[in-house]
Amino acid sequence: MDNSNKNTGLSLEREYLRDTIHKNIKNLPIKQWDLGASCSSDSSVQVDNGDAKQMKSSQKSSITLRVWNREGTLGITSTSDLSESGLLKAINGAYQASRLGNPNEIPQFSSLAKDPLPKLERPVKDSIGIQNLFKLLKSAEAELLHSHKAIKTIPYNGLAEANYSRLYINSDDAYRHLNRSQSTLYLYARAEEEGRKPRSSGSIRVALGTTELDINGCIKEACRKTLSHLNYKPIETGKYLVCFKPEAFLELINSFGSMFNARSVLDGVSLTKKENLGELISVPFLNINDNCLHDANVGASSFDGEGTPTRNIPLIKAGVIENFIHSEATAREFGVKPTGHAGLGAKVSVGLDWLEIGKTPGKLTKKQTLNYKSQSERFILIEGLNALHAGVKASQGSFSLPFDGWLVDNGEKISIEAATIAGDIREVLRNILHIEDNQTITHHGICPHIWVSNLSITGEA
Amino acid sequence: MSLSGRIQHKNLISASERRTQKVLEQDSLDLAWKSRLEFLLKYGSSAGADLIEIFLESTDHLGVLAEQDTITNVSPSFGKGAGIRVFKGNRDGFVSTNDLTESGLKNALDQALGMLGLEWNASVKAVFNGLKDLEDFANNKNHWLAHSPDLTEISEKILEGTKCLGIKGNHLQVRRGSYSRDWQEVLVAASDGTFGRDIRLHQSIGLNVLAEDGIHRASIGRRYGTSGTPNDLQNWKPELSAEDLCDSAGKMLYADYVNAGQKPVVLANKFGGVIFHEACGHLLETTQIERGTTPFANKLGTLIANEAVTAIDEGYTEGAFGSLNMDDEGMKPEETVLIEKGVLKQFISDRAGEIRTGHKRTGSGRRQSHTYAAASRMRNTYIAAGKYTPKELINSIDQGLYCKSMGGGSVGPTGQFNFAVEEGYLIENGELHTPVKGATLIGEAKEIMPRISMCANDLDLAAGFCGSISGNINVTVGQPHIKVDSITVGGR
Repeated sequence: MDNSNKNTGLSLEREYLRDTIHKNIKNLPIKQWDLGASCSSDSSVQVDNGDAKQMKSSQKSSITLRVWNREGTLGITSTSDLSESGLLKAINGAYQASRLGNPNEIPQFSSLAKDPLPKLERPVKDSIGIQNLFKLLKSAEAELLHSHKAIKTIPYNGLAEANYSRLYINSDDAYRHLNRSQSTLYLYARAEEEGRKPRSSGSIRVALGTTELDINGCIKEACRKTLSHLNYKPIETGKYLVCFKPEAFLELINSFGSMFNARSVLDGVSLTKKENLGELISVPFLNINDNCLHDANVGASSFDGEGTPTRNIPLIKAGVIENFIHSEATAREFGVKPTGHAGLGAKVSVGLDWLEIGKTPGKLTKKQTLNYKSQSERFILIEGLNALHAGVKASQGSFSLPFDGWLVDNGEKISIEAATIAGDIREVLRNILHIEDNQTITHHGICPHIWVSNLSITGEA
Repeated sequence: MSLSGRIQHKNLISASERRTQKVLEQDSLDLAWKSRLEFLLKYGSSAGADLIEIFLESTDHLGVLAEQDTITNVSPSFGKGAGIRVFKGNRDGFVSTNDLTESGLKNALDQALGMLGLEWNASVKAVFNGLKDLEDFANNKNHWLAHSPDLTEISEKILEGTKCLGIKGNHLQVRRGSYSRDWQEVLVAASDGTFGRDIRLHQSIGLNVLAEDGIHRASIGRRYGTSGTPNDLQNWKPELSAEDLCDSAGKMLYADYVNAGQKPVVLANKFGGVIFHEACGHLLETTQIERGTTPFANKLGTLIANEAVTAIDEGYTEGAFGSLNMDDEGMKPEETVLIEKGVLKQFISDRAGEIRTGHKRTGSGRRQSHTYAAASRMRNTYIAAGKYTPKELINSIDQGLYCKSMGGGSVGPTGQFNFAVEEGYLIENGELHTPVKGATLIGEAKEIMPRISMCANDLDLAAGFCGSISGNINVTVGQPHIKVDSITVGGR
C-alpha cells in the first residue's frame, strides 16, 4: 500500500464495498470478483478580462466491477451509484455480461496484485480554495495581457486543482490504494497586429499543488511563444530538415503508442508483431523508456487498473525493441510478467504512461553538430502537432498533421502561417539524424530536441 | 463561501451514514422531485442569485465489441448525477455531484453560490414564483430502455456484420463490429420557472476493417447512428454496410499517397458535412463570441460565404443523431438558419450566450453529462441542397481531389480548421481517377466559405460525435456534394 495515504476517505470504504459485494453475490453463481474504484473532488476557474468567466467544482465517484461466473467467463459493469442498490445493480449487470464473456481470452487476477509497490513520494497538497484560484488566475491573465500590446485576449485559460483517490480490491484479498492531488494551469493567448491574422500559442504547468505551480514561468512561456508567431509567412511545399521540440516528438511517439502495446499486437492493429521483439526498429542511438515512476511525473501511480505495480520499462534500447507493455492477459500470452500498464475491463486495455526519450549512452548520432540554437542550415522547428486524433493512422504508420512551428534560416526564425507535416513513423525513426543532449521535462514525458531528415511539409506559398 | 483546506470526498460517506441519510434517489426523475427542487431554487434565490438551474440526470450505457467472429467486450455502465449552475450578472458558478441526497444537493448549491460570493440570507425575500407545470417530453418514451435490443440480439447483429465482412472482403487482417447504446433521462429546473423532463436514446453501430497485403495497409470504418427509435437496430443492413466498407478498403489498400498542394476539391455528401461543422459551425457558437475567437462576431447580415451556401442548424429531425425534444437547459430546440445565400443570419446560442452576448437562445444548450455546464453547441447541422448534380461538380474540375469519405477534424483558436480524408480519388479532366490516401485539408473559415462555389442536389445526413467545451455530444452533419474552388491539401 502507498503509505502516504492512510486513513483517507476511500480507504474507509474498502470494507463497505467488499462486504456489500460479498453479501450480494451469494445467490449468484460467481466464483471470483475484483473492482477498481475512484473518487475525486476538483475545482477550476476560467477568467475573461478580469472577470470570473466560470467557476466550477465537482465531486465524482465510480466503480468498475468484474465478476467471473462458474463457467469462468468474465463480465463487467461500471457505475457512479455506490449505494447498496447501485452496487447490487452493478453485480447483476456484470453477471449478465459474463454470460457473453469471451471464452477464448479470459483475464485473471494479476499475479503481481499483492507484490510490494514501488515507493513514490507524491505528498497530497492542500487545496487553496476556488476564490484563491480565481485571484491567482485573474492576476496571471492581467500580467500576460500587459506583457505585450499585441496580446489582446487569453481565450483559453484555466486553473484547476483536484484531489483524487483510487482503490483496487479483489476476492483474493488484494488491496491497493492511493491518494493524489494535482494542480494545472494553462494559458493560451491570442495576439493580433493591424492587418495581420491572429496568432495563438500557450503554455501549461502541472504540479502536486497550486502553491507549487510555476505560474510566472507559464506566463512568460505563453507570452514568448505567442509573440514568436507574430512574424509569420506561408511556406513552400517540399521536403525539409526538421527539428522536433520535445513536446512535439513526445506527441508523435505517443500517437503511435500501439507499436509498443501488446494488446494491439495481439489484435493485429499494431505496426509491430511479436517476432519484432529484439529487432532494430530505429537508428541505433535512440532509447525510449516508459517510466511512470520518474520524479517529474506528477500524476504517477504505483499500480495499474489490475493492481500490478508500475515500473520503468525499456521500450527501445539502442534502436532495438526491448519490450512491449502488458496487461495480465497479454503478459500471459507472451510468457512474461505484466508491466503495470493495464486498465480494468473485460477486454483489458493497455496504454503508455510517461515516456523518457534520449540518446543511447556512448553512441554517436549521424550528425553530431546539429543544434537547434546555432544551426545555420535551413530547417523547420516544430513546436507542436495538432489534430492528432484525425491525422494519425496508427495501424498504417502514416501521419499528416497541421503543426505550429518556424522556418529557421541562418538563425532567423519566421513562424509558418499554416502547414502540415506528413510521413511514416517507421521512416521517422530510421531517419533521425541527431538527438540533442539536453532533455526537457514536459507533462507528457521527458525528451530532447530530435532532428529528422527529409520530411514532407505542405504550405500555402 | 470558498472551499478551503483539503477537499473532502463528501460523496464517499460512511456506510452507516449512507443508510440513515434521506436519499432522494428513486427510479425515475419526474414530478416527484418538484417540491425538493423548488426548495433548492428558492434557497438559491434568497442568496441573491439571478438564476439557478438544476440538471438531474440518470444514464444507462451499453457497449458491445465483436472481433472477427467473437464477442470480445461487453461493457455496461449506469449512473446518476446533478449539475447546479448559478448566474449572477455575467458570471456563473457550476458544481456537479453524483450525491443526490438532500444534503449533497444543498452542499453543491452552497458551493455554487459561494463561488459568486453569495450566501443564503433569511431576511432576503426570494424572487422565485415556483416551477411551471412539468413539460414532459418523455411521456411516450418511458418504454424506450426496456424496448431496446437485448444483449443477445445485439451480439447476433454485430456478429452478422463481421461475418459479412469476412465474406465480402479480401486481405482483411482485422474485422470489427461495435454497438453503443446511450439512454439518458433528464430533468431540468430553473428559477425562471423552467421545468422539463426528457428521455433520450442514441444507438450506433459500426464496422471497421484493417486490410493488409505485404507492405500495403488500409483501415476503413463506417458508423450508423440514430436517436429515439428503440428497435432501429433492425433497420441496419449489415450486408450492405459490409459491402460498402470492403469496396472502399479494397480500393484504398493499394492507393498511393496524395501529392500535396493547393487544389480544387469535391467533398461527398453525408459525412462530408464535417467541413462545415469544423470550418464554420463552431465559429457560429456564442461561446466563440465570448472568447473572441470567431472572425464572424460582428458580421450578422453580411456576406461571409459564397451565395451558393445556405446552412442550417436544427434541433429536431426524426431519428437524426443530433435531435432533441428539449435542450439541456429545458428549451425546445429551434430551427436556426445560420447562413442564407451566403449571408450570416444567426448564431447558435444558449442561456449563458444570451446573457453574455445578447444573441437569443436557440435551444442549443447542450452537455455530455451532468458534470459539464451546458454550452451553445450544434445539433443537426447541414448545408442545404443546391441545383447541380454531383457529376456536374466533378466535371467542372481539370485537376483536383474527390473526398469520398472524411475522417475527423478540428478547429483551433484562430479559426484554422483541419480534417483528414479517409478515402480520396484524384480528379483528372473532369473524371474520377485513381484512389489516393494520406490527405489532410486545412484552411480558415473566412477564406474557404466564399470558395464553396457549387452545391449539388443530393443532401444527406450522417451521425457524428463532437468534442468541445461541454464534452462529447451526438451531432448530425450533412451536406450535398459541394465543390471548394481551392484548398490546401496536405500530403507527401
